[in-house]
Amino acid sequence: MSKVKITIAGINKKAGSSKEYKTGGWRTMKPEVDVEKCIQCFKCFDYCPDGAVKKTEDAIEFDLDYCKGCGICERECPVKAIVMKVEEK
Amino acid sequence: MMSENEEKELLASGHRMCAGCGEGTAMRAILKEAGPNSIATVATGCLEVTTTAYPQTAWEIPLIHAAFENAASVASGIEAALKQMDKKGETNILSFAGDGGTFDIGFQALSGMFERKHNVTHICLDNEAYMNTGIQRCSSTPYGASTTTSPSGKESIGEDRPKKPIARIAGAHDIPYAATATIAYIDDLKKKVNKALKADGPAFLHVFAPCPTGWRHGSDDTIELARLAVETGVFVLWEAEDGEICDIKITKKPKERKPVKEYLKKQRRFAHLTEEHIEKIQKEVDEKCEQYGF
Repeated sequence: MSKVKITIAGINKKAGSSKEYKTGGWRTMKPEVDVEKCIQCFKCFDYCPDGAVKKTEDAIEFDLDYCKGCGICERECPVKAIVMKVEEK
Repeated sequence: MMSENEEKELLASGHRMCAGCGEGTAMRAILKEAGPNSIATVATGCLEVTTTAYPQTAWEIPLIHAAFENAASVASGIEAALKQMDKKGETNILSFAGDGGTFDIGFQALSGMFERKHNVTHICLDNEAYMNTGIQRCSSTPYGASTTTSPSGKESIGEDRPKKPIARIAGAHDIPYAATATIAYIDDLKKKVNKALKADGPAFLHVFAPCPTGWRHGSDDTIELARLAVETGVFVLWEAEDGEICDIKITKKPKERKPVKEYLKKQRRFAHLTEEHIEKIQKEVDEKCEQYGF
């Protein structure tokens, strides 16, 4: 454990610093996207609780540092372009 | 195409919400709509513990966590101070709380904020129990749900009281905007956040967000359950503008209501319910929908 310096009143000046903590390690299932099938409706982007779906020019990609593998994107994809696969360590 | 502002994530990744948490989806949409020129307060609850694990924070806007009961009072203070210093301008003041921090513990502070007519938007993220402390019942827990303090068993069917209609109670304070929304309909949710922030005075938004851990459903069922709650009539989406609480507008009317059984059967907190109980719940939902006019 590294030492944490407590600031006055616990003020935290570093906005968005939770990104230092990678939640990808929680995952047991991993999403994969078929770029050919993607129609860019971005439902997965809107519904992802972790902000782990990134928009690209022709489809989407997953930020596996933060994806917790909940599977919402697979369920909500209207064209079944996303498939959840067992994570291999 | 969305503007650059809307694309910016104001709830950073790396927060500790459970996989498939409905609040994550809700908060990303709400903060995007509110924009960076916002100040938030948050009551104790899932949202607070998962986003502010010291020394980190997932918030990209200024945030104060006070206590369980006073998110609305602290937000009132911020609004009053900004007005006094002539700095209110276009800054949005939001106060966030879970169902515990709104329905039960924070209700007095919330009612006071409405009464004093502060220009604050209170957003309640409702997952129907005290999930953060271990799934204890709340006045938002629906009839028949099994929780750790209302367990189902031989003598009990779980929670035996109905859910408190909090948005109607909030609306009854004659505030300019009160509405209900859910994460299955993101555009509707964003539209309501926008209206709430633009309202001249206090606004209330009740956001229904399923909880895989407490409701005991699959983490991928979250959005589906939010949608089913609307399609079955369990949760009604409406808004009331300019204090017209008697003249509410239904914003999403299912063409044909699905039986509540479809919604209940997906959740293990309702697994003990017999056909008789389900019929009773169906009857109550039918009566409620009739009240709302569909």
